[in-house]
Amino acid sequence: MSLREFSPTELKYHVENLLSRYVHCLDDDQLEIWPTLFTEKCLYRLIARENTDRNLSLAALFCDSRPMLTDRVVSLRHANIYERHSYRHIISSLIITDVKSDEVSASSHYAVFRTGTNGATELYQTGRYDDLIATENGEWLFRQKIVTFDTGRIDSLLATPI
Amino acid sequence: MSNLHPNQNSTWPVRADGFAVPYEVFLDPQLYAREQALIFGGAAWSFVGLTAEIPSAGDFKATQIGATPVIVTRDEHGVVSVMLNRCAHRGALVCREPRGNVRRLQCVYHQWNYDLRGRLRGVPFRGGFNGKGGMPANFELDTHNLQVLRVEVLHGLIFATASRTVESLEKYLGPMIVSSIARICGDRQLEVLGDQRQYMHGNWKLYAENTRDPYHASLLHLFHNTFGLYRSTQAGACLMDDTHRHTMLYAKASTSDETVDREVYKDVRSYASQFKLSDPSLLAGRSEFDDGITLVIMSIFPNLVIQQIANTLAVRQINTYGPNEFELVWTHFGYTDDDAEMRGIRLKQANLIGPAGLVSMEDGEAVDIVQKAIAGTMGASYLGMGGGKAEDAEHLVTESAIVGFWENYQSYLGLNV
Ligand code: FES
Ligand SMILES: [Fe+2]
Repeated sequence: MSLREFSPTELKYHVENLLSRYVHCLDDDQLEIWPTLFTEKCLYRLIARENTDRNLSLAALFCDSRPMLTDRVVSLRHANIYERHSYRHIISSLIITDVKSDEVSASSHYAVFRTGTNGATELYQTGRYDDLIATENGEWLFRQKIVTFDTGRIDSLLATPI
Repeated sequence: MSNLHPNQNSTWPVRADGFAVPYEVFLDPQLYAREQALIFGGAAWSFVGLTAEIPSAGDFKATQIGATPVIVTRDEHGVVSVMLNRCAHRGALVCREPRGNVRRLQCVYHQWNYDLRGRLRGVPFRGGFNGKGGMPANFELDTHNLQVLRVEVLHGLIFATASRTVESLEKYLGPMIVSSIARICGDRQLEVLGDQRQYMHGNWKLYAENTRDPYHASLLHLFHNTFGLYRSTQAGACLMDDTHRHTMLYAKASTSDETVDREVYKDVRSYASQFKLSDPSLLAGRSEFDDGITLVIMSIFPNLVIQQIANTLAVRQINTYGPNEFELVWTHFGYTDDDAEMRGIRLKQANLIGPAGLVSMEDGEAVDIVQKAIAGTMGASYLGMGGGKAEDAEHLVTESAIVGFWENYQSYLGLNV
């Protein structure tokens, strides 16, 4: 079925649903779910706005396959050393910018609050999501997720994806 | 109050079994102020950028030397200048953007304007209005220029200093560092791939120690160790220049024996042989240098690290914001004649380094946990690995270059030992 057959309200519902599942798995320590929200061939790029503004493509995270997303999670679980922390993502201002027969373009804004081991919660990062979303076997998945962050000055380090 | 002040019976702890670093050097605001004067504002060459960041006439970049804001410019003749980003009138920032392209540098406060070499060219109402006001009769434009620093460019790296007496850049760096820079930056034009900025809640010298420390690299960084990007069992060395300001640390991957390594690291958390990449493209790089060296960390006093890790190349600039705060600016680069595949490899391997890097994020944590632990304490750290003396090592199980760093630091600050 072509995605053009969905009404705008239906499309928005499905996109919002996917975004919610996305932030719930990141925020509630279910990182293993994160890769499953992407298509097998996919692009995830977390990049500073100060780089995209200069047409530079250097990203903080850049994964071009679902297995690469999995590797990031495995590394975070078993290899990397960082302060235990949790995020809360707040997403707003979702708009559907384009609808093709096989993918939807959607943009939204986010803020991420981070809580560290001392219990202090700080605004960690703001930015925007530019997503290409497709369906596979009836499941709504990210084909591409470009995360452009305003907060060019990363506080200490960035372990968990945004 | 610190007892590490000259003329105050200053004492640096001494121990027979190695070298001690008193924790107050990471905490004391007075030492921090003296570092700004004697190191960043003193007889040292600081890194301020790459010529590839300001390729065209009129390009500027605003950055810092230590805590002091500076501007790096290129004028219409191609001349690179570095000057304080501080208006000669009443001290406002002249460049309020991190980079850009301009014909003149103009301060917004009272619109004094300067050329790209920092020379004052115009002052509004200089002659007053209707015979009233105006500058004094003996006011001369050329006695109110921006404060221009000495500049030297080496293989596309721009260095500056406020000192009139410090030796030439080449002498300051020494032959080993000069040739190591030439190895990475000498033959080919650099192409900037982008920046990453990492704000650390620690003293900048904790990072100076970290990048001179081959001991931690295979123990803290599991990713390094597991995938053999770096192991202390590899062929490598940790070498200093004659003054011990700078360190060159290098390693050759695949020079160690997998069976031996398994034994050496068998009780070590950071050797996880069961950890495999499900997408190996991350580490599918190319051999780039004929000498077989796959990892280089060059620490150049006071504010620069140049790195080659696999196919990632970057400069890291240290900007200070106080005794407990600094920012690390990573500028990744490749070469203008890289083919598309090579550019792709560098962009993908960038996942390894920077604040989110699979092998380097831990350094942010290391700085953080030391700074947290030493709060409010006296006491001192202990450096003993490799003998605890400032000596070159043709191996990677050493902390000797850190001792070298501190001895050089003591002499910059005039600390009696
Ligand atoms: S402070 Fe710059 S013109 Fe007055
Ligand atoms: Fe490290």
